[in-house]
Amino acid sequence: MSLLELSSVTAAYEGLLALKGISLHANEGEITALLGANGAGKSTTLNVICGLVTAQSGRVCFAGEDITNIRADQVVGKGLTQVPEGRLLFGELTVQDNLLLGAYSRMSRRSRQQIQQDLEEVCELFPVLAEAAHRRADTLSGGQQQMLAIGRAMMSAPRMLLLDEPSVGLAPKAANEVFAKIKALCQRGTSILLVEQNVAAALKIADRGYVLEVGQIVLEGTAEELLANRDVQRAYLGKDYEEV
Amino acid sequence: MSLTDQLVQYLVTGVSIGVVYGVVGLGLTIIYNATGIINFAQGEFVMLGGMGAVALVNVGLPLPVAVAVAVAVVTGVGLAVERLAIRPLPATSIMTLIIATIGVSLVLKGGAKLLWGREAVILPPFSGTQPVRIGTAGIDPQRLWVMAVAVLSVIGVQSFFRYTLTGKAMQACAINRAAAQLVGININRMVSLSFALSAVVAALAGVVLTPVTMMRYSQGTTFTLTGFLAAVVGGLGNSLGAVVGGIMLGLLESLAGGFIDPLTGGMVSSGYNKAIALAVALLILWLRPQGLLGRQKKEAL
Ligand SMILES: Nc1ncnc2c1ncn2[C@@H]1O[C@H](COP(=O)(O)OP(=O)(O)O)[C@@H](O)[C@H]1O
Ligand SMILES: [Mg+2]
Repeated sequence: MSLLELSSVTAAYEGLLALKGISLHANEGEITALLGANGAGKSTTLNVICGLVTAQSGRVCFAGEDITNIRADQVVGKGLTQVPEGRLLFGELTVQDNLLLGAYSRMSRRSRQQIQQDLEEVCELFPVLAEAAHRRADTLSGGQQQMLAIGRAMMSAPRMLLLDEPSVGLAPKAANEVFAKIKALCQRGTSILLVEQNVAAALKIADRGYVLEVGQIVLEGTAEELLANRDVQRAYLGKDYEEV
Repeated sequence: MSLTDQLVQYLVTGVSIGVVYGVVGLGLTIIYNATGIINFAQGEFVMLGGMGAVALVNVGLPLPVAVAVAVAVVTGVGLAVERLAIRPLPATSIMTLIIATIGVSLVLKGGAKLLWGREAVILPPFSGTQPVRIGTAGIDPQRLWVMAVAVLSVIGVQSFFRYTLTGKAMQACAINRAAAQLVGININRMVSLSFALSAVVAALAGVVLTPVTMMRYSQGTTFTLTGFLAAVVGGLGNSLGAVVGGIMLGLLESLAGGFIDPLTGGMVSSGYNKAIALAVALLILWLRPQGLLGRQKKEAL
């Protein structure tokens, strides 16, 4: 069942069209990959979904509700949380404070005790966060910071997580760990929309995917289909088809 | 009066005026951190607190009630300023917003003049005029009030930021607006709250200071500028730094006023005390551009 659905979404920066009519959907319980080169419009797509960038036309629907252009701080309450590009942690605050702020949207509705329970759950998922609870977020390593960014987003108990290039800047080992966690989160019931430039790794854990080029979807399919696609192999997997 | 007594007097005077500068700097810091704006109407909040309390006492309210009402009204003014002058403007142009606060300060100053005239007004001291003895020196008890209220304001604000989730959410806004929104923080509400909070501390300072120095419609500008200097010397964005900077400026001003004339054998008049405080402040900034407690900004990647 499709949980998130974009229909003909356009968006522009100072008159320059960055999204030229994007239509895509992400199914409940799945990992959907959104792939493409630098500047293709992947982050813009996520930011339109989250309300940080205004859609000029088109519709964003989540769980059957039209959420086009609602305020970013209200989107979280709908069960849709983004782990932004560059992580954007609250570096001067402690790891624990970052996590607690992750639950900010639910503070009025849930008791302290429940939040504490969620905190323990996230720490179980990411043991390194428990160890570093009282350290400043900006003292963590890159891999740990990405775990914190994901943990912070999980504190909002989202139905769907939007991840913007979680592996960027990480050593291969740390990147693999991040991809494994993403897979685990999906298996625990959080649907995922994953933006990546590491196409091979993303398609390894994804169910379906889209390829974005200069603001337009140019390819769509299951992960297997995309991995087998000549254009994908040539452009993103570094394989020269003729040699294969 | 012995030299020690004199020294104690000047120290008390310096610290009690310095904490007021510090609290103005603190208020500026709160808004600056939440929005990036320097609020040039901050000193007017101090002035309105003092003059408002006087007006309320004059219409017959008991002093404690007048104080409470004045602080509440100035808080309302702070909220209104944010709502009417700041929020309608695009948040992207900090310079426009700062100019808007200058406009607000002129409006508030003009309003106070229309309402209460040009004369300086005074509030009765909170606990009499009987000097409090420290050793052989006698201290004006109202100055102790000023210091106590300032200390409580600082502790209150620090605790708010350190121990409450709302305080942390406000810091989160300061660190990264987009990230704050992505966890569900309503930026407008935080900005509103920052104006309210800084109006409260400013108004409180104005109210306790008025029995010592009197208050006039035009005094806000001095508070703003000295408070800004305090915040910059302390390290812009650092709330404790603002207070430290304020106390330092107050002390310099008071000690220079007391001793520069005799020390230089009359060569430099005590009237230059503010200029001397300013010169020292500039010297500090020249040696340490990030301010006393400021951290050097890390190079963005
Ligand atoms: N804040 C911005 N202001 C102006 N142009 C932007 C902004 N953000 C992105 N763009 C432009 O929009 C296009 C899509 O960018 P983006 O969505 O960040 O791509 P991706 O995430 O796929 O690398 C690019 O051409 C980029 O230069
Ligand atoms: Mg991007």
